Amino acid sequence: MIPAAFDYVRAGSAAEAISLIGEHGSDAKFLAGGHSLLPLMKLRLAQPSVLVDIGRVTDLSYVKDAGDHVAIGALTRHMDVENSAVLKEHAPLLAHAASHVGDPQVRHRGTIGGSIAHADPASDLPATTLALGATYVVQGPKGTREIAAGDFYKGFLESDLAADEMLTEIRVPKMNGAGWSFQKFNRRAQDWAIVGVAAWRRGNDSGVALVNMGQTPILASSVSSALSGGASVADAAEQAVAEASPSADNNASVEYRSHLAKVLVRRALEQAGS
Amino acid sequence: MKINVTVNGVKHTSDVEPRMLLVQYVREVLGLTGTNIGCDTSSCGACSLHVDGEAVKSCTLLAVQADGSSVTTIEGMAGADGSLHPMQKAFMDNHGLQCGYCTPGMVMAATSLLKENPNPSEDDVRIGLEGNLCRCTGYHNIVKAVLAAAGK
Ligand SMILES: Cc1cc2nc3c(=O)[nH]c(=O)nc-3n(C[C@H](O)[C@H](O)[C@H](O)COP(=O)(O)OP(=O)(O)OC[C@H]3O[C@@H](n4cnc5c(N)ncnc54)[C@H](O)[C@@H]3O)c2cc1C
Ligand code: FES
Ligand code: FES
Repeated sequence: MIPAAFDYVRAGSAAEAISLIGEHGSDAKFLAGGHSLLPLMKLRLAQPSVLVDIGRVTDLSYVKDAGDHVAIGALTRHMDVENSAVLKEHAPLLAHAASHVGDPQVRHRGTIGGSIAHADPASDLPATTLALGATYVVQGPKGTREIAAGDFYKGFLESDLAADEMLTEIRVPKMNGAGWSFQKFNRRAQDWAIVGVAAWRRGNDSGVALVNMGQTPILASSVSSALSGGASVADAAEQAVAEASPSADNNASVEYRSHLAKVLVRRALEQAGS
Repeated sequence: MKINVTVNGVKHTSDVEPRMLLVQYVREVLGLTGTNIGCDTSSCGACSLHVDGEAVKSCTLLAVQADGSSVTTIEGMAGADGSLHPMQKAFMDNHGLQCGYCTPGMVMAATSLLKENPNPSEDDVRIGLEGNLCRCTGYHNIVKAVLAAAGK
């Protein structure tokens, strides 16, 4: 399968990428790792007229200790997120979740920024960064702004990003020793989650987010409220779908998804400890 | 668009359409048909080759994205004298293939895996090859071959 014809330009920096995307109008798209966009283009579900390749903006490939948070460049590949010593120490939940994205070949190309910008509710890193209370840094023609992960996801594959804005950095608060768990339920090793859960706990505080349980990644705040109100893990897990609106597909009915979410949230909370 | 790619040690300069996939480039432009197309949807790994030493699925990469890179395909694995790469030899010795369709991709993924993890457990090999499907062998002999190539 061959994508429809398009023009290709390559950006050397974020500033150049933003000016190129502005120049080419709303039919132009950024190309990062291409592991969400190219499959869609091959199926002709996406037909951008211009691709602005940001894959070589290597100064946006980094993981840095930034005091109270870890700063991750948007062009950092899944494999580099997975193997980052800084993340293993300060945000192990994210490093671990990245190791569950697709397979090694996918992780050699796909980027954390592409995964978040694509805003697929079935993807692992949008929900994981949501659970961790991350902030996304976005650069556009008018400058830079910060968007809380909780305000970023607007609908299925829809985010707060404007067409001429580029995601440049993901800021993840340090976990400071919190217990954590990542649960991914799928049928084949490399697949997307049928349902997934990213969770952390420290004392009365917690963060729980669900993969593939609605049009966006879902923050299960009722679970966290129940826990901080003293509920048992089993009772808190019963709240797993309070914010969710799952749909049915080839893999699972709405009922099965909802059941899975409760079971996986309970397992995640047990593994994350108190 | 003009691209410069080194494939199996040979420099090539080609003029390609931006939408040309890397797998089409190696197969149709360079005539290196050892790299197979299986699913054409990034799932099966048959099209795996190395870009700058790392396994990627060449059905999900544009040739223009490989501009300036060094690409290795299955044809580049054997020595100049035709002697098999240790991974190829291990597949042969352990009966790690039947029809052979998945084999080029398996060999490329497995060599990339051993480069990142030279001392893998059996589980590491199984998980490391999760992006490659084989319809014949049931995987056991493939895993045996990779462990043998790792000296186990
Ligand atoms: C076989 C296979 C299995 C997979 N399995 C999983 C899985 O299990 N879990 C999972 O989470 N994901 C999975 N993925 C998706 C993978 O994680 C992708 O790498 C990721 O979703 C997109 O990242 P990318 O860099 O490839 O983005 P691209 O495909 O290049 O871009 C995706 C979209 O985001 C936009 N974009 C990219 N970067 C930016 C930026 N910095 N600023 C603004 N917009 C941007 C693009 O314009 C495009 O619309 C899988 C993919 C494949 C092919
Ligand atoms: S042909 Fe590329 S992964 Fe199947
Ligand atoms: S040997 Fe036939 S597909 Fe693997």
